[in-house]
Amino acid sequence: MKRTIAVVILIFIGVVVLINIFNTENEYYNLKLEELKQEYAIKPISSIDHSKLPELQREFATPQDVTEACISCHTERHKEIMSSAHWNWERVSYVEGRGITSAGKKNVLNNFCLGAQSNELACAKCHIGFGMTNDHFDFENARNVDCMVCHDNSDEYKKGSSTAGYPDRTVNLTKVAQGVGTPGKINCGSCHFFSGGGNNVKHGDLEVAQLSTSREVDVHMAANGMDMSCVACHTAENHQIKGRLYSVSSTNTNRATCEQCHTSTPHFDDILNRHNAKVSCQACHIPVYAKENPTKMSWKWSDAGNLRDGEPYKEFNSDSTIEYQSIKGTFVWAKNVKPDYRWFNGTADHYILGDTIESVPVQMNTLFGSHDDPESKIYPVKIHTGDQIYDTKYNTLIQPKVFAESKGDSAYWKDFDWQAAAAAGMKRVGLPFSGEYDFVETEMYWPVNHMVSPKEQAVGCAECHTRSDEGRLATLSGFYLPGRDHNKPLDGLGVLLFFGALGGVLIHAAIRVIMSIRQKKYEMNIIDYDDNNSTQK
Amino acid sequence: MKSVYVYKGFERFWHWTQATLIIFLALTGFEVHGTFHILGFEHAARFHRVGSWMLIGLVVFAIFWHFVTGEWRQYIPTTKKLAEQIRFYTIGMFKGEKHPTKKTEVIKLNPLQRLVYLGFKLVLVPLTVISGILYMFHKTIDRNDIVVVSDFSLESIAFWHTLGAILLMVFLVVHVYMTTTGHTPTSNIRAMITGYEDLEEDEETAKKE
Repeated sequence: MKRTIAVVILIFIGVVVLINIFNTENEYYNLKLEELKQEYAIKPISSIDHSKLPELQREFATPQDVTEACISCHTERHKEIMSSAHWNWERVSYVEGRGITSAGKKNVLNNFCLGAQSNELACAKCHIGFGMTNDHFDFENARNVDCMVCHDNSDEYKKGSSTAGYPDRTVNLTKVAQGVGTPGKINCGSCHFFSGGGNNVKHGDLEVAQLSTSREVDVHMAANGMDMSCVACHTAENHQIKGRLYSVSSTNTNRATCEQCHTSTPHFDDILNRHNAKVSCQACHIPVYAKENPTKMSWKWSDAGNLRDGEPYKEFNSDSTIEYQSIKGTFVWAKNVKPDYRWFNGTADHYILGDTIESVPVQMNTLFGSHDDPESKIYPVKIHTGDQIYDTKYNTLIQPKVFAESKGDSAYWKDFDWQAAAAAGMKRVGLPFSGEYDFVETEMYWPVNHMVSPKEQAVGCAECHTRSDEGRLATLSGFYLPGRDHNKPLDGLGVLLFFGALGGVLIHAAIRVIMSIRQKKYEMNIIDYDDNNSTQK
Repeated sequence: MKSVYVYKGFERFWHWTQATLIIFLALTGFEVHGTFHILGFEHAARFHRVGSWMLIGLVVFAIFWHFVTGEWRQYIPTTKKLAEQIRFYTIGMFKGEKHPTKKTEVIKLNPLQRLVYLGFKLVLVPLTVISGILYMFHKTIDRNDIVVVSDFSLESIAFWHTLGAILLMVFLVVHVYMTTTGHTPTSNIRAMITGYEDLEEDEETAKKE
């Protein structure tokens, strides 16, 4: 009988030990993942070679001629494009607390270059059209659709700087037209990598390094990995591109998600899968962003305007990022940044031109969400802070005119006169300007979605489940996080009870010992140390 | 004195496995709670889960055993000699008095033990186990899947689970100490290991005293 029990106990313990030793995810062959890898390893091959089409064997005098040539075969595609936000720079949607709203680059501000209005000549470099010189752009004219900026596979095409969206004069349009195909990374990247006036300025997780990088930087886009293009995930059925960028978007629709490929239960470990109810994939799998090149974390416009010998200048940091620029102000850059974390349900609000400032720092965009909202999950975000010009009397942010080709056109970057720039910009957007301005602090939120790390580098449990103030979720409130949160009075009571009991039994034991000695239960052997000492002497 | 087979095989297996599991769950549990760091949160949480299922399995077996063997009757509370028993532990023991109640293979527990163990079985363990199960399933899988237990806040569940754990630890301390109050300091522990304990054999002489 005893032997049987002993054997049972040993087997019991043995099984538990073995289960825990071998129950690690790495030991399994992840079929789901292998299937995906196989699927995306096969790169699409075009069924058509545009260089052989007779329609394209010609010189193109203007880029619009190229567009016409495209439309002559792809007869309806321009309609799809012309209903997209890439074209319209606005999207009508329902925004909580605001109602049905049209929002986009036409009417929202940011805390980088502030806003496109009155600066179209330069800003339209990232509009998929030709000739947006001012706010009179004809959004109904299909000839102005720029097919090439997205579909050029020849690496020939580039938009000119300050040419209202027209290509650079050096571009060989015939070569571009004959070399079109599925958009590659650089097609998307030519705008999305360089938004905000330089590489990785805005996003922090989208930059030129991703054209050719390692798995450590981005498992999806890595040259030594799957080398996926942007459109592998951001699919574009009928030119409706999946994905939402919440610096301008508002709705939880047509988002590009990790789950669309990886499903909502990608782990073998049930505990990890269940986290997905409240934690986004990105929160754990993007431990840091801006891994290769720094991203802008702060931009203080209030410092702009210092001149040397009447001329604007730049000051650089040791890593060749710009620390100060007369036309823009002071910047703070950072590399390998740990994200901040926010509850986010996929809907957002924005500071729309004309809104009254209700709190400082002004929220350029607001990501909605809370723990109690079933749609919400914890997302990693980049928070870009700064200050920018506002109207102290009307309490509104100002859209200044910053860009012009020459001096004397009220543009801040030429004349360094905020008064004139503010007046010109606000006049253009049709809003009043009192003439009194100052600078107000702002914050802008950028959900971090790219630069997914290899799974070995994913955020560990204890980076959030910790009482440390350094914990990644140390400041995220509204819920009970095991390991981080505890009931202080209860813990106090626990310490009191536990050590009270311990002390109690020790005292009880001591009394027992003393009493039994007194009752002479044990024989006492008294050693006379003095006597010993004396004999040693 | 006579050597009597008091604790049956399963009883001893159950006792020591439960003891091991409770101590293991306390170590891993309080690590998850953030009280100290031994294994690291990830391992602590994972092992705590494994340990909890083992304990639940053991408790199910133990309940079955208690009812099948009728051992559950050991825990029927009584006030008879309860005051004497308390007096013994607080005063009598120091004076070298004898136990006011007699332990036999049929009546293993004194009145105070009956009360405490009944509380342990009916309040302490259910409180901790049930709050633990709620804790474990306090998750929404995803919005298209089942939603398990979200009517109670995790905060309140964690409160009750932690309270149960604290009381269990207090029980552990006192329980371990009380094992030293047998005929000799180690006789009770030896009995729970071997099953045999030296008990007073003659009822008549015990009564006369």
